[in-house]
Amino acid sequence: MPAIATAAPATSVPPPVETVTVKVNGRTVVVPKTMPDWQGKPQLTTMLQAARLGGVEIPHYCYHDKLPVVGNCRMCLVEFGTPVMNSATRKPVLNEDGTPKIARSVLPYEPGTPRGAITCATPISPGMEIYADSPATKQMREAVLEFLLINHPLDCPICDQAGECKLQEYSVQHGQATSEFVETKVHKPKAVDLGPRIMLDDERCILCTRCIRFTKDIAGDDALGIVNRGSYNSVAAYPGRKFDNNYSLNTVDICPVGALTSKDFRFKMRVWFLKETRSLCTSCGTGCNIVIGSREDTIHRFEPRDNAAVNSSWMCDSGRLNYKWIGRPDRLRDVGVRGERSTWSAALRELHAALAQAPMGSVAIIAGARQTTEELYLLKRLAERFGAATDSVPRTGAADGFLVAADRNCNTQGARLTGIWSGTMGAQIPRIAEGIRTGKVRTLLVFGEDVTRYGIGEELLASLETLVVSDILPSATTRAAHYLLPGCAAAEKRGTFVNVKGRLQKFLKAVEAPGDARPEWEFLSDLVEGGVSRKVPATLEGVFNQMVREIPAFSGLEWARIGDTGAAVPL
Amino acid sequence: MDSNHDKQIQSLLCYRYTIGQCGTGEKIERKSIESSIAMPQELKLILKHADEPGYGPDIGCYLKHGGYETLKKALKAPGRELPDGKKLSAQEAFRGDVRTSGLRGRGGAGFSAGLKWSFVDRSSGKPIYLICNADESEPGTFKDRQILHKDPHQLIEGMVLSCWANDVKLAYIYIRGEFPEGARLLNRALAEAREKEFLGKNILGTGYDLEIWVHRGAGAYICGEETGLIESLEGKRAYPRIKPPYFPAVLGLYLCPTIVNNVETLCHVKHIAAMGPAEFARLGTPNNTGTRIVSLSGDVQHPGYFEVEVGKVTIGELIFHENFGRGLKPGRQLKAVIPGGSSSKVLKAGEVFSLKRKGADGQMIPVDVPMLDLPYDFDSLQSAGTMSGSGAVIVMDDSRSMVDALANLAEFYAHESCGQCTPCREGALWMAKGLHRLTHGGGRKEDAAYLTHIAQNIQGRTICAFGEAAAWPVLSFVEKFWEEFQARGEADAAARTEAGSGANSNLKPYSYA
Ligand SMILES: Cc1cc2nc3c(=O)[nH]c(=O)nc-3n(C[C@H](O)[C@H](O)[C@H](O)COP(=O)(O)O)c2cc1C
Ligand code: SF4
Ligand code: SF4
Ligand code: SF4
Ligand code: FES
Repeated sequence: MPAIATAAPATSVPPPVETVTVKVNGRTVVVPKTMPDWQGKPQLTTMLQAARLGGVEIPHYCYHDKLPVVGNCRMCLVEFGTPVMNSATRKPVLNEDGTPKIARSVLPYEPGTPRGAITCATPISPGMEIYADSPATKQMREAVLEFLLINHPLDCPICDQAGECKLQEYSVQHGQATSEFVETKVHKPKAVDLGPRIMLDDERCILCTRCIRFTKDIAGDDALGIVNRGSYNSVAAYPGRKFDNNYSLNTVDICPVGALTSKDFRFKMRVWFLKETRSLCTSCGTGCNIVIGSREDTIHRFEPRDNAAVNSSWMCDSGRLNYKWIGRPDRLRDVGVRGERSTWSAALRELHAALAQAPMGSVAIIAGARQTTEELYLLKRLAERFGAATDSVPRTGAADGFLVAADRNCNTQGARLTGIWSGTMGAQIPRIAEGIRTGKVRTLLVFGEDVTRYGIGEELLASLETLVVSDILPSATTRAAHYLLPGCAAAEKRGTFVNVKGRLQKFLKAVEAPGDARPEWEFLSDLVEGGVSRKVPATLEGVFNQMVREIPAFSGLEWARIGDTGAAVPL
Repeated sequence: MDSNHDKQIQSLLCYRYTIGQCGTGEKIERKSIESSIAMPQELKLILKHADEPGYGPDIGCYLKHGGYETLKKALKAPGRELPDGKKLSAQEAFRGDVRTSGLRGRGGAGFSAGLKWSFVDRSSGKPIYLICNADESEPGTFKDRQILHKDPHQLIEGMVLSCWANDVKLAYIYIRGEFPEGARLLNRALAEAREKEFLGKNILGTGYDLEIWVHRGAGAYICGEETGLIESLEGKRAYPRIKPPYFPAVLGLYLCPTIVNNVETLCHVKHIAAMGPAEFARLGTPNNTGTRIVSLSGDVQHPGYFEVEVGKVTIGELIFHENFGRGLKPGRQLKAVIPGGSSSKVLKAGEVFSLKRKGADGQMIPVDVPMLDLPYDFDSLQSAGTMSGSGAVIVMDDSRSMVDALANLAEFYAHESCGQCTPCREGALWMAKGLHRLTHGGGRKEDAAYLTHIAQNIQGRTICAFGEAAAWPVLSFVEKFWEEFQARGEADAAARTEAGSGANSNLKPYSYA
């Protein structure tokens, strides 16, 4: 599978950029001569890219920054002009006022009629003028929209795409109010079961082939194609085969209309009700950037968010659909002390007292590598106080060569950089087990792991003096806890993760946690504060900024200055 | 200019045919003002032997008629030194010859073959491919099939020469699926050529290697469009490519530099090699050199294919002359002519065009030329707002309804649109549906304008020239026969009013699926 283009390494002296000067809607714009294509390779800058740099977005359907250009929808046609050249001197011909004379593009066989160029595929040339709003351009756009709509079912009221549909948007912005069409529409298959996660409505499809190109050229699975001819063309999977790769749902995102729908999301929610929150996928070490769509504290979908350094515009289906557990009814909602429901203040007060008794070397901490970097940092601070052994639990699977990483923890590197583990992750766990067995370890703190599955069985846990467990879902370990502290899913809090390539990325809170569950960093800072003299800031920003001062790999970072796409840290 | 050319100009300055007074009869009066003009007749270069009794497609027959001698000579030719001392390899020299011969493509666009070859990217380090376009699908065209079925070795010799001149090591013949016998004959001929060392490794001991393979299409008109053809050859759906960036000369087959030429064009290459470019250019008329095979069909007494010098015969002669169409059916009058395959704009009987011609003093002067006096060449038909396209002349007499004829053509284009780009995909079927309605009792007064509106939104806005191919018949039929379209719509509307209903309930929606 093709790899994701990564940003070029920063060089101290950037090479001079060759530029071309063009006009966009009458405004002079200087643009680089080449710009990255869908694979990140430099290619001659296109009219669409130049217009964008000039602040003009040209409507388009088939074009997608990250897909090969095919130029089939014709929505991006615009009228343009080029400088007239004197054939003998090869110099531009000037108007009387000294400005270069511009020849508007016309049909070669009908010189009175403007000729459009598809801006998605046509390179600019020096002095070119792009008329993105001229009457001829508008007429071409209206005509393309009319063609797209004549056979469209217009079932917007029951269409999942409504509200984020490019056909709706462009029809409002660029369409005409009436069509002359008086014929019978073409009918095509509806509710086609394309694969286990995707439904296709062929009547809504505008045949832009984005889905086909995505699965062939990005996911490396040539699973979709077009059957039939002309107006009867329909998207289909190979007969007898299903569209079923781990990236199939990306086609739903890039489908400009409501032709491809996610079976998971279909008919569940009108998109305009959804609150969008920038977050991260936690299902593997890649850390795909996502947008969480939620309404009233219920998550309805994950969608990928662009990050050239991580996931381009994509994410895998398994990560995308791995959100239902967050709303599980058996979520841990209550603070517990020795099996009894308690309150945060009572439990933390008691826990402070218990920890205050713990002698040096009698404490161990197992901190899941899915906790946030800030939480891991606070746990490490706590560990330092008791000279506690710390470790995380490794979790691996097969890397797929595209996005899915072999490391299925989302913050393995954060756990390493904060010092929770070193050498080999998990190597300390047998030693901690042994320490419990020999009575050396009397207090164990477990965050986000069921240690009974990793060599610290229920009888060992029962022999502990103090077992502190924070988790989200119940497990054998949470059941054995003396102090049970309900924590939060990433979607319910803020924080950072460091991905397998060393990208530190932050995520924001989308929904409220159930019951009394609280972000772990909050009560951890309380716990740490109870024991150390230095004041732990009461805000996440404060915790983060303190952490970066203490951990060399993070030096120079600042919460407020980490953008939406994160920052590289040395591993 | 040579004297042939002068004669040609003279012939343009006069008119030689007029149609009998409209409505009074079918008699064609011939007025020959310039008696020195030779009788228009065929000049068979490519089809010299094809129809001779006993001439067959096997290599023995071809060799007996001097076949492959040109190739033998060309491959042994030394390089050439130009007057300025520049040395050309034999291949470069021959490429120059094809350019100076003035040969223009016979597949449709009439583009200079030599110029096309000069665009080939020879510095990419990638292999250069050559493809013979034998998809012959333009309605009305039946010339390439004569060569493919009757004289395949002539094509192969032309191809080997063209490949040799362009350093091509691998070439394909893309033949339409409906020519199974043609494919069989080609494969046999290629095997024979290999056997005789005209093809394969070390051709004729010169060290030059070339393979040619036949690839059969599966029956789609769009496979004749060169980039659709290339996609199809690569095993994909024949979706034409966008240009830029996919100009075949740079990013063609497997994204390597590729030459696509028509069957007839490639045969001409052999004749240019055989007779020399100057001699070849003496055939036909300036900028319209050589011969071309005209496929004449429709309402003429004697339809068929005729090889003529380009521009030496007029449309009128093709239809009426003894040597060609022999006139219309008894009692009929000419109504329209589609001059270059179904995609070209129709010409209406009686139309007069103002063409620019060089006068006696060398100045360009406008000359009125009646439609029937248009010389059958590339430039004159282009000046008349249409094209000679694939060389297919379709004649329609007054028994034909232009509305019905256009409905038929529109149905073809709706069926053949590949459906890749929006205007053609949606517009081609829309026009076909409108015309179906108009020819099945559901017409409206506004349908003529309605059809024009659709066609105007297709032409010039599509990925490939199919957009024009589908739009031009509609634009030209409706514009030139406006009253007929208008009347049809009005009649239907009136009938509906009389019947007391707005819509025609018997009208079945149009669909070819
Ligand atoms: C829709 C369409 C169909 C075409 N079909 C054919 C065809 O059947 N045979 C052909 O030689 N050229 C066909 N052409 C023209 C080819 O694209 C190409 O121009 C030609 O093969 C070049 O050969 P030439 O330069 O020797 O004419 C077609 C073009 C279009 C747009
Ligand atoms: S299903 Fe959507 S993405 Fe795929 S071709 Fe149709 S409109 Fe485009
Ligand atoms: S690749 Fe990893 S991070 Fe990305 S969506 Fe899939 S599981 Fe989530
Ligand atoms: S113009 Fe028609 S035939 Fe050509 S690519 Fe577009 S849809 Fe296909
Ligand atoms: S965006 Fe579809 S043709 Fe340019």
